[in-house]
Amino acid sequence: MPNRSEIPALFSSCLAKNNILTSTETLRPYECDGYTAYKSLPLAVLLPESTQQVIDIIKICQKENIPIVTRGAGTGLSGGAHPISNGILLNLSKLNQILEINHQLQYAHVGPGVRNLAISEAASEFGLYYAPDPSSQIACTIGGNIAENSGGVHCLKYGLTIHNLLEVTFVTIDGELITIGSGCYENPGYDLLALLTGSEGMLAVMVEAKVKLLPKPLHKEVILAAFNHVEEAGSAVANIIASGVIPAGLEMMDNAVINATENFCHAGYPTDAAAILLCELDGYDDSLQWEIDQVSKQCKQSNAVTVQKAQNADEQELFWKGRKSAFPAIGQLSPDYLCMDGTIPRKHLAHVLGEISNYSKQIGLAVANVFHAGDGNLHPLIMYDANNSGELEKAEEIGGKILELCVSVGGTITGEHGVGIEKLNQMCVQFKREELNQFERIKEAFDPTHLLNPGKVIPTLQRCAEFGAMHVHRGEMPFKDLPRF
Amino acid sequence: MSDPDYIQTLCASIQQANATQQALQIQGGGSKSFYGNEISANTLDVSNNIGIIAYEPSELFITARNGTLLAEIEATLDANNQVLPFEPPHFSPNATLGGAVASGLSGPRRPFSSSLRDCMLGVHIVNGKGEYLEFGGQVMKNVAGYDASRLMCGAFGTLGVLTQISLKVAPKPQAEITLALSINQSEALNKMNAWTQTQLPISATYFNNDVLHVRIAGLEKSVEKICNQIGGEKISSSEKFWASVKNHQSDFFQAEKSLWRIIAPNNTPPLSINGETCIEWNGGLRWIKSTEDAQHIRNQCQAFKGYVSLFKADSKPNDCLAEINPDLKKLHLNIKSAFDPNRILNPGRMYSWC
Repeated sequence: MPNRSEIPALFSSCLAKNNILTSTETLRPYECDGYTAYKSLPLAVLLPESTQQVIDIIKICQKENIPIVTRGAGTGLSGGAHPISNGILLNLSKLNQILEINHQLQYAHVGPGVRNLAISEAASEFGLYYAPDPSSQIACTIGGNIAENSGGVHCLKYGLTIHNLLEVTFVTIDGELITIGSGCYENPGYDLLALLTGSEGMLAVMVEAKVKLLPKPLHKEVILAAFNHVEEAGSAVANIIASGVIPAGLEMMDNAVINATENFCHAGYPTDAAAILLCELDGYDDSLQWEIDQVSKQCKQSNAVTVQKAQNADEQELFWKGRKSAFPAIGQLSPDYLCMDGTIPRKHLAHVLGEISNYSKQIGLAVANVFHAGDGNLHPLIMYDANNSGELEKAEEIGGKILELCVSVGGTITGEHGVGIEKLNQMCVQFKREELNQFERIKEAFDPTHLLNPGKVIPTLQRCAEFGAMHVHRGEMPFKDLPRF
Repeated sequence: MSDPDYIQTLCASIQQANATQQALQIQGGGSKSFYGNEISANTLDVSNNIGIIAYEPSELFITARNGTLLAEIEATLDANNQVLPFEPPHFSPNATLGGAVASGLSGPRRPFSSSLRDCMLGVHIVNGKGEYLEFGGQVMKNVAGYDASRLMCGAFGTLGVLTQISLKVAPKPQAEITLALSINQSEALNKMNAWTQTQLPISATYFNNDVLHVRIAGLEKSVEKICNQIGGEKISSSEKFWASVKNHQSDFFQAEKSLWRIIAPNNTPPLSINGETCIEWNGGLRWIKSTEDAQHIRNQCQAFKGYVSLFKADSKPNDCLAEINPDLKKLHLNIKSAFDPNRILNPGRMYSWC
């Protein structure tokens, strides 16, 4: 395997000198993605500007046995694009061309480095937009969205990335260029598009995608409801959905988040509420009014203290501003926080929040909760200070327990952020040995030499065995100064 | 969960089949046995693993065993004003949930709501090695590990025997009205393509014999208003009409000629294939009854980047399903080996080589 000094010569046949980064100062910005708890430098960062260059790079890596970690904007929260010291970081941010906006067939054909929001901006002149809207949509790229099967606040009605993806062109580890999917409503053969979506860069390197565009909603309304008890907010969510309304967005915030955001951006949230619900509805005139009536009625029947409909677009924006500021607001309260990403059946919300509160008290770290209530996706934000020795480990311990709790109530360890390196241990909780082996064989069907993003997503059986032991010994993890990959 | 004894017996049967190198043909209700390739193998009857395991209307999911009748599932949902958003076809009353997933077929509502795979939340399977595996779950968002659940949709049972399936469900529209417009095929295609540019709450389209049927879904009063915008004549039995389209009970589908199923981009013009045509999915699904040469039909479709399957015929050649891009053959074989290394489960049922 080559060392860092040999990299420029190795890739000089396919890349310009300025697209091969090997000095420590140029590598430093790539030492982690949005999961910042651990950092390491890659062997080199390569910045291809064309599909052919991606193919050439992959062929060289395969020949020289160099691992490849693919990265877009690096906003992922689970360490999926975390670099590895003996591998190159393949940065696709220069493949950022919007190749076509087809308003008649309603799709956008884009390179992987195109930003999520840039697609909607380009489609806007035709009255169209790209629906999945992860909170990082200003910066995150469609390549990363596909790799993580990203969601957002409008998933319940409009789906995740997988529901809005029509076609992907990718390069295999053998350097072959393959297209799967089409603009059609169905595709023959195995659903490889589903397999590739959310595969976290483990199966292939995506170089082009066609995504679905939707007509912008004709009308939209936003309702804010406040509750004295979390259970009541939870029951309002269940009743809204049981009444036949599928809101475009349905978000819940607990008291800790309400107060943090209120201090941060003054959205006008009631700071004494135990929970608030933010409900966005869109659609056709009469149906929209019916939905507003239903949501108001269900909230009131679940003992909402207040139910307010935003009176105009400015007020709608203000209602949303608080929710959208939740993460930076928590960032202002605490030097560091871990953002977890479990999904639960909604009926268990009160129980899960109660348990999270118990964990928080037991270990002495505050936890605030934001919740994509419509689809059961919970984001507990665990506050800690990395400068205080042992706090990161405590935060990780609570985080792990929360995810295991999600699994125990019938949910999952990750709704939209992916496994990456962050949730490798919890994969051992969610899946049994035969299932992890099946994942391993899927990986090998695409990448038999394990050069694509090695060490991510699928834990080794040995790791699971060690993790099992860790639980018996209550957190006394062996080799605790080693980074946990 | 399915009965542990049932699962154990199923795993043992598949392990035994591996030991004796004896391929198995998975058989549910048998309502779609005509679709795909015919294979010769010992029958593995899975139709007796039945029953709804969990259904919670406010959580928007249903979980049932593979052999549960689609009719039972739909009746249970209907009692709570919910539906399977992909409106799966039943070609006989025996149609099962497992068969619906394995065949991957969606019905009239597909372009306007969701496909079968869009609604897939989780599966339990026994793979070709005889291992019982659980993927996905009952929640809407789940990105832990590879999406093996959706991989089962339309895989014709070649990767695993489905034992339990969880699907997303949706509210039933409060009202649906169907209009009939008398127009020719080109005009119908233009109209359907124009509708895709609007936000009209259309939930199905069907063109045949110079009549375009369009179904409008929503609140009663808004549906009435939209009917006025679209024009045409209201038909009296909307529900019956779409059931006959979906389940192939209408006259068009009572054919003696070969029936071709063509998936193509919406804006594909009328195809130059001799025979009677009907069109669904705003132009994205076309059925043609034709005696024309198979290669001519395939060439016509490929010119418009469409896919063609020989859906039904008196005598079918092997490999009657839509062909895949040859570049994908190696990956398909690798995936098949990853789940079923000894080619025990439905070998050749989807493609003769897989």
